[in-house]
Amino acid sequence: MLHIKCPYCGMRSQNEFSYGGDASVKRPELNKEISDEEWDNFVYNRKSLRGKHLELWQHLSGCRQWIKVERDTATHEIFNTYKADEEIS
Amino acid sequence: MQKYSIFNLVKNAFSNHENWDLAWKDPTPKEEYDVVIIGGGGHGLATAYYLAKEHNITKVAIIEKGWIGGGNVGRNTTIIRSNYMHDENALFSEFGMDLWRKMSQDLNYNVMFSPRGIINLAHSDAQMNAYARRGNSMRLNGIDAVLLNREQVREIIPMADFSENVRFPIFGGLMQPSAGTARHDAVAWGYARQADSMGVDIIQNCEVTGFDVTAGKINGIRTSRGNIKTKKVGLCVAGSTNILAEKLNMTLPIETHLLQACVSEPVKPILDRVVTFGAGHFYISQSDKGEMVMGGDLDGYNSYAQRGNLPTLQHVLTEGIAMMPFLSKLKMLRTWGGIMDMSMDGSPIIDKTHIDGLYLNCGWCYGGFKATPASGWTFAHTIAQDRVHELNAGFSLNRFSTGHLIDEKGLGTKTWIS
Repeated sequence: MLHIKCPYCGMRSQNEFSYGGDASVKRPELNKEISDEEWDNFVYNRKSLRGKHLELWQHLSGCRQWIKVERDTATHEIFNTYKADEEIS
Repeated sequence: MQKYSIFNLVKNAFSNHENWDLAWKDPTPKEEYDVVIIGGGGHGLATAYYLAKEHNITKVAIIEKGWIGGGNVGRNTTIIRSNYMHDENALFSEFGMDLWRKMSQDLNYNVMFSPRGIINLAHSDAQMNAYARRGNSMRLNGIDAVLLNREQVREIIPMADFSENVRFPIFGGLMQPSAGTARHDAVAWGYARQADSMGVDIIQNCEVTGFDVTAGKINGIRTSRGNIKTKKVGLCVAGSTNILAEKLNMTLPIETHLLQACVSEPVKPILDRVVTFGAGHFYISQSDKGEMVMGGDLDGYNSYAQRGNLPTLQHVLTEGIAMMPFLSKLKMLRTWGGIMDMSMDGSPIIDKTHIDGLYLNCGWCYGGFKATPASGWTFAHTIAQDRVHELNAGFSLNRFSTGHLIDEKGLGTKTWIS
């Protein structure tokens, strides 16, 4: 079982969270002409990295905040967790 | 190649079965091939077999990182069915059912195909209506489907929970009598043996490290055992698709997720069908050894781990016990996991790509095993003729941008919600 450190609540079990997918995906800017390809990349196409992966989780059965988690998709090691709006250097 | 027959069995008995031919050779890679198939799983082996058999292309190599049949073809729950509603999936799978029925004879290898029937349980009136619709769609496509009411289901699987006060009472179910199971390893080995006998090189322990692409054309691949020249490359690598796509600078509508399965200790025959739970995601059958073979949901987050997490297993088995309470008495024998190429609409991709000579076969989600023969057959056609067959025309890569998704079960784009 994963243990995820919620930036608001601290270390909690995976059972309290739900997964939200790749956090590096950016929605195309509003009010800008965008191509089908850009839209495709936002909606469907994913890198699905093996190794370090930045992803969204929601602390659904806790504070209900969305957070970002940096996790290894092969070993499940969690390197760091961030608030959803936190800039990651 | 030595034919497997009763006479050869008797003949070899006299020499203590020590003189059987090897089922396939262990060649070193040649400098050049007409076609290179990456991935020695069920789909890759089947593709090579049909390339040789249907298209007379025998200068073919299968490049496998580990050993053949060591990935998902050796890790699945062996269910074979074609109970799909949409034409693309239905016609493709039903074509596959026909290949399954002939497979043991065709490959001279007993794949133990057992058409025991699959029952999808319904737990509400709405679900019965949905199944009636699905069943009608199947019958219009020539697939056998029978809508069963509660009593008819009870006659077939009396061990399920038919008590009155359960959370998900059984209202009935949809049965495809011709669906079933097969011995998964035998499928890989049977295809490998026949492909090898027709001249295909099965190269194991050989990892693909890169591709030679110039001016939008594929010229070869780089591997841990040297460079190989070829004009045509077929990717059949399931959960590793994204890893190789990255080397080609492609991003695909695929995410790699982990799916678990498990078997109980062997017990005496109790269940002679494949049964799925309709109020969640759980499926069960009984193997010839007597083990109850079970599976269900994805672990729920991107994973290449090839082994699962307990919360999902607990969730899946809770559904199983709700459906068949006797399961709670059984001990678990083994659990395992495999990495799935989950496409964004739940349907596969068998198509050409923007790179000339590069062909893609991926996105099999939960249902790769049953598709093995049809996938190999259509992929071989696509590679040999450099155009898709009408059976896989719908499984295009660009359907996501054109909007022609094949959304069979409402799983949609969020694979982790399934």
